[in-house]
Amino acid sequence: MDWINTLVEGVLAGALYALFAAGLSLVFGVMRLVNLAHGDFIVLAAYFAYALVAALGLPPLLTLMLVVPLMAGLGYVLQRGLLNRTLGQGILSPLLVTFGLSIILQNGMMQVFSANTRRLHLGSLEVASLHVLPGLSVGWYPLLVLVVAVALIGLMQMLLFRTRLGAALRASSDDIETVRLMGVDSRHLFAVATGLAMAIAAVAGVLMAAKTNFDPMAGPSRLIYAFEAVIIGGMGSLWGTLIGGMVVGIAQAVGGAINPGWQILAGHLAFLAILVAAPRGLFPRTV
Amino acid sequence: MNQTTEIQAAPAAALSPTALRIAFVAVVFLAFASAPLWSGRAVLSLAVDMATILALAMLWNLLAGYAGLISMGQQAFVGLGGYILFGFVQSTGLSPLLGIPLAGLAAALAAVPTALLLFRLRGPYFAVGSWVVAEIYLLLAAQVTALGGGSGTSLPMWAVRALAPDRDLRQVVLYYIAMGVVCGTWLLTWSLLRSRFGLALTAIRDSESAAASLGVDTRRVKLAVYILAAFATGIIGALIFLAKLRISPDAAFSVQDWTADILFAVIIGGIGTVEGPFFGTAVYFLLRWAFSDLGSWYLIGLGLIAIAFMLLAPDGLWGVLSRRLRLTIFPIRRLLHSVHLLDRA
Amino acid sequence: MTLLQTCGLTAHYGDFQALFGIDLAIGDGEALALVGANGAGKSTLLRALCGQLAVAPGQIRFDGREIGGLAPDKVVRLGLAMVPEGRRLFPSLTVEENLRLGAYAGRAGPWDLERVFGLFPVLRERRRVAATALSGGQQQMVAIGRALMSNPRLLLCDEISLGLAPVVVKDVYAALPKVMAEGTAVVVVEQDIGQALRFARQYVCLCEGRVVMAGDSATVDRDALRQAYFGV
Repeated sequence: MDWINTLVEGVLAGALYALFAAGLSLVFGVMRLVNLAHGDFIVLAAYFAYALVAALGLPPLLTLMLVVPLMAGLGYVLQRGLLNRTLGQGILSPLLVTFGLSIILQNGMMQVFSANTRRLHLGSLEVASLHVLPGLSVGWYPLLVLVVAVALIGLMQMLLFRTRLGAALRASSDDIETVRLMGVDSRHLFAVATGLAMAIAAVAGVLMAAKTNFDPMAGPSRLIYAFEAVIIGGMGSLWGTLIGGMVVGIAQAVGGAINPGWQILAGHLAFLAILVAAPRGLFPRTV
Repeated sequence: MNQTTEIQAAPAAALSPTALRIAFVAVVFLAFASAPLWSGRAVLSLAVDMATILALAMLWNLLAGYAGLISMGQQAFVGLGGYILFGFVQSTGLSPLLGIPLAGLAAALAAVPTALLLFRLRGPYFAVGSWVVAEIYLLLAAQVTALGGGSGTSLPMWAVRALAPDRDLRQVVLYYIAMGVVCGTWLLTWSLLRSRFGLALTAIRDSESAAASLGVDTRRVKLAVYILAAFATGIIGALIFLAKLRISPDAAFSVQDWTADILFAVIIGGIGTVEGPFFGTAVYFLLRWAFSDLGSWYLIGLGLIAIAFMLLAPDGLWGVLSRRLRLTIFPIRRLLHSVHLLDRA
Repeated sequence: MTLLQTCGLTAHYGDFQALFGIDLAIGDGEALALVGANGAGKSTLLRALCGQLAVAPGQIRFDGREIGGLAPDKVVRLGLAMVPEGRRLFPSLTVEENLRLGAYAGRAGPWDLERVFGLFPVLRERRRVAATALSGGQQQMVAIGRALMSNPRLLLCDEISLGLAPVVVKDVYAALPKVMAEGTAVVVVEQDIGQALRFARQYVCLCEGRVVMAGDSATVDRDALRQAYFGV
């Protein structure tokens, strides 16, 4: 039963990693940009929620109502004002500009919020759990995270495959020059994509803040988990990303169960193993 | 008309009278070689610091600026070099000086499987992938209990004494090693870029697909550069932690110290130019000297400056200067001499 | 009435000048064939017209408005659509999605999904298929249909016969008169002089970035045109 517990724990943790990854994957798919500050934006969202709880006394999860639109707007402006200028001249410029942003964000958060670790407290929801079987219980909150992750990824999938905006986004990953010939303003489209990615990052950040401690330097490891989920799942496949997140989560849980020092290492090793066995990920795009 | 003057201007600046050049090089050499005679420990220590950053910048420039390998994980080899040195000293009881080349070899060896894995990832994903690998190195180092696990370890006293009997002399020894390392790194990168191999690298920098279609085995060229850079980076890592006398996983595999600062220096100086790392390192140390007391604000400023350069002057300070002044210090560019063409025809 | 006019249009790729003062005009609902050898500047001219290449504003006038250097998405919204060379369909999208994306500009007019399927009935059967799974001719139909979905007043077709079997070329060209019947002007770029002259009443021949011959297709001296074509 211990193993089942570990597995369930891994799946639930992986759901959060999938949320970290979804925005990264979307932005890369649409404009071939890897935002190295993605993890730091997740942490920024967590701090926004923390500040709102501290200042207004809002219930932690209700802060999503403000944090999500705020981050989406920030993403739009960031893409329009800065990141669009880095596109179309090779991979160096976007990588280094977002890396610079990452350093700025980390140190900015350090300056504003200090280096202390923070956490959002949910009260009874934190400890409430559902007894599935004798010896196997699942926390309500991790379950909620899983449901949100599946729902959000489902929504994104619908957006991409059922709407005109989604068709434009998918077409952008094929051939942006021809997308412009269709009457699409690519600068706006990219900004919308980054806004969407940031909205998902905001949800991920707030959910993370109530699940684990965080500090201003927590971004890079979120970026790395997200990256691993994307590569494991196969680039361009959102459901693959969900599975990828879970693979990382399960590997970490199993590693941690054997030796607490191996938890994070095991996640990375799972990533390497899949890179060796299936370089295009578990669910490579067929086209 | 305009073109002919340009072609004449370039060799004029690059090929100044030979005697003058030799004299200049000799003066610089003497100044650096005699530094322990006329300066104190603090200056020498700063010189070691600058030499290591400069050497790392030259290597990162070689990787990212020429071979198109934007690695965010060079701290893997800095840390590995340091750890190999400490492990060597602790397990053999031999002088740390012998451990330095060993650190380079170990880093080069580790670079082979690392490259085989990472080269499966393209472009930006290679960058993040190399970072993941460096994290793995960090976590593995934290598992080595013989070297203090997560909290790290210090160099044994006898090994420190084996280097030199007192602090002043030790700094002198470190200084000469650092000068050797930086000159070695410079010779390595410069001669690499001047060779036929360098031509292939420059072709890859300008357009990888075009280079491939001209018959350049881009994968092999990149692999060779990656391994050579790892070798040199391992040696630099050993030197860094020999100077610090202490090593811990977080310090050894720091992305901020051994990748972020380095790449900022390269970008500010001018990526993809031989001169860039020199200028970048100089500016970096100037900024550090002037503003590092500001803590977070200093790093925020550094990030802003790097972004500004990337957007407004992607070829850095040196790019701006050389365009304005039309000069090169280290000529690696091949000039087309019409005489040669006529000879062949 | 003149729909599109270029006045001394020049265009550059970096230091390389590709067009040297092109003057041409096309009226509402008319057809024009642009002929010329490889590298004559035909595709460059189309790229300049649809906004993919930066040129001075006054060098292109469309519907009385200066559009030189305007972004491609704005040009489309004014009613100038392009069928790009090599079709450039979106492999990630189905046939129907490719067509629907063509309507992104949101211009009102005669063309919608039903009308395009009416024009190319074979596409209706294959609407759910990935666009790149079609034959070359069918892909060309999708590319034309996609451009029509923006309800253009002027349709630019870049080398639509390239790589297609002669019988398929005939099918593709058969659709163009129906397009013109809706009042849309059409410019075709062709390497095949015969095909070009059969289709359009007016022709313009480019060589090395300049107009070397132009006039009425019916009265053209074919030998002279052939010489102009190759620049000999």
